[in-house]
Amino acid sequence: MSKIPLQFRHNGHDVAIFVDGGTNLLVALRELIGDMTPKFGCGQGGCGTCSVLVDGELHLSCLTLAETVAGRSIETLDGMKQGPNLHPLQRAFADNFAAQCGYCTPGMLMAAKALLDRNPRPSRDEVIEAISGNICRCTGYEPIINAILAAAGGRASA
Amino acid sequence: MAVTVKTFASATEAAGALSSDRTARYLGGGTLVMRALNEGDVSISTVVRAQDQALTRIDASGPRITLGAGVTFARVLAERDLGFLHGPARSIGGPAVRNMGTVGGNLFAPNPYGDFTVALLALDATVAVAGGFGARDIPIEAFLQARDRQAGTLVLSVSCTRPASTEAFRYRKIARIKPKGGSVITLAAYLPISGGRIAGARIALGSMAPTQIRARAAERALEGRSLDAATIAAAASAATEGTTPSDNALGSAWYRREIVGVHLRRLLSGQE
Repeated sequence: MSKIPLQFRHNGHDVAIFVDGGTNLLVALRELIGDMTPKFGCGQGGCGTCSVLVDGELHLSCLTLAETVAGRSIETLDGMKQGPNLHPLQRAFADNFAAQCGYCTPGMLMAAKALLDRNPRPSRDEVIEAISGNICRCTGYEPIINAILAAAGGRASA
Repeated sequence: MAVTVKTFASATEAAGALSSDRTARYLGGGTLVMRALNEGDVSISTVVRAQDQALTRIDASGPRITLGAGVTFARVLAERDLGFLHGPARSIGGPAVRNMGTVGGNLFAPNPYGDFTVALLALDATVAVAGGFGARDIPIEAFLQARDRQAGTLVLSVSCTRPASTEAFRYRKIARIKPKGGSVITLAAYLPISGGRIAGARIALGSMAPTQIRARAAERALEGRSLDAATIAAAASAATEGTTPSDNALGSAWYRREIVGVHLRRLLSGQE
């Protein structure tokens, strides 16, 4: 079966790859582009660790048919750091001990970025809602919620 | 396994491709079809898409609203005129799922999903579909009863009449994971009140049968009566009639039968 040419923007850079029909965006990012920051968790839309931004909107890359992002802009955790510096969200996650094993962290950070990009001063309930599609099994949600609130408000670490 | 992806400009062309190929599935938001592909569903060898703007249109200005099948739950939530559907839309997934999942796809979502469809069933929505035979409208209840045979049809839109008041339409989803999770049971009630009495009540239940169903016995218990404690108790005790729930990881069939009356009573009483 012939490969399908696909072009899109990946963290601000144009990329061009060939995908098999039915390939999901997560596989395209990890195996064809080499961006290992989005993780494979459940493959069902239940865990959120594969979350990326598609034209600024939070999507699950494992449930996104790669071809559907042709010409669109994809942001992953790999593009979040600002030069040699961590993004304020990443810094807040470190300061607030919001990443233990770290497997959910890429999705949590993208969900948090999607929230703060449109709502820079969210309430605690809005933060909880924003990460409600992301499962964490070891850190616990409190440090993650505190980290997002800290990044939003520049508050003291919890 | 690689599949063939066919993308069409119009919904009509996509419907033609879908009806002529038994192995084809229509890709909406991806939350069902991509999941199936990720799980290695070999029954799908063709994925059909349509980039038809008609499929993402919302008409919410008048008394009868129409949602294109490709309208996402995030867009429902962003539409002020669709306030009566915000509860059902908000009860689905996290933000990413709501950015992707569509109204049309929800009609095909198996238990423990398909919550938006429970709301649409209580609202007695009409489903507009296109197939090899052309386009037609199907009452949502008939659509759901024949859902296993709808694989070759493309849903174009759903439409329903706006409830007269916020009290006239109620929705409740019971989930184990807060704030989000699959449905243990889902309930929706349409309760038009005329002269102090209920006239034309519709109760819809999710996760109480293989597809979303109407609770006809509970509806009969409400009909022509005022919404008082005795009426509500009668409806609640009739809630299990005609239901055939299943066991799954979220709850047993027994548990679902035990709680459906309790939650129907709370829904009708206006309790949180």
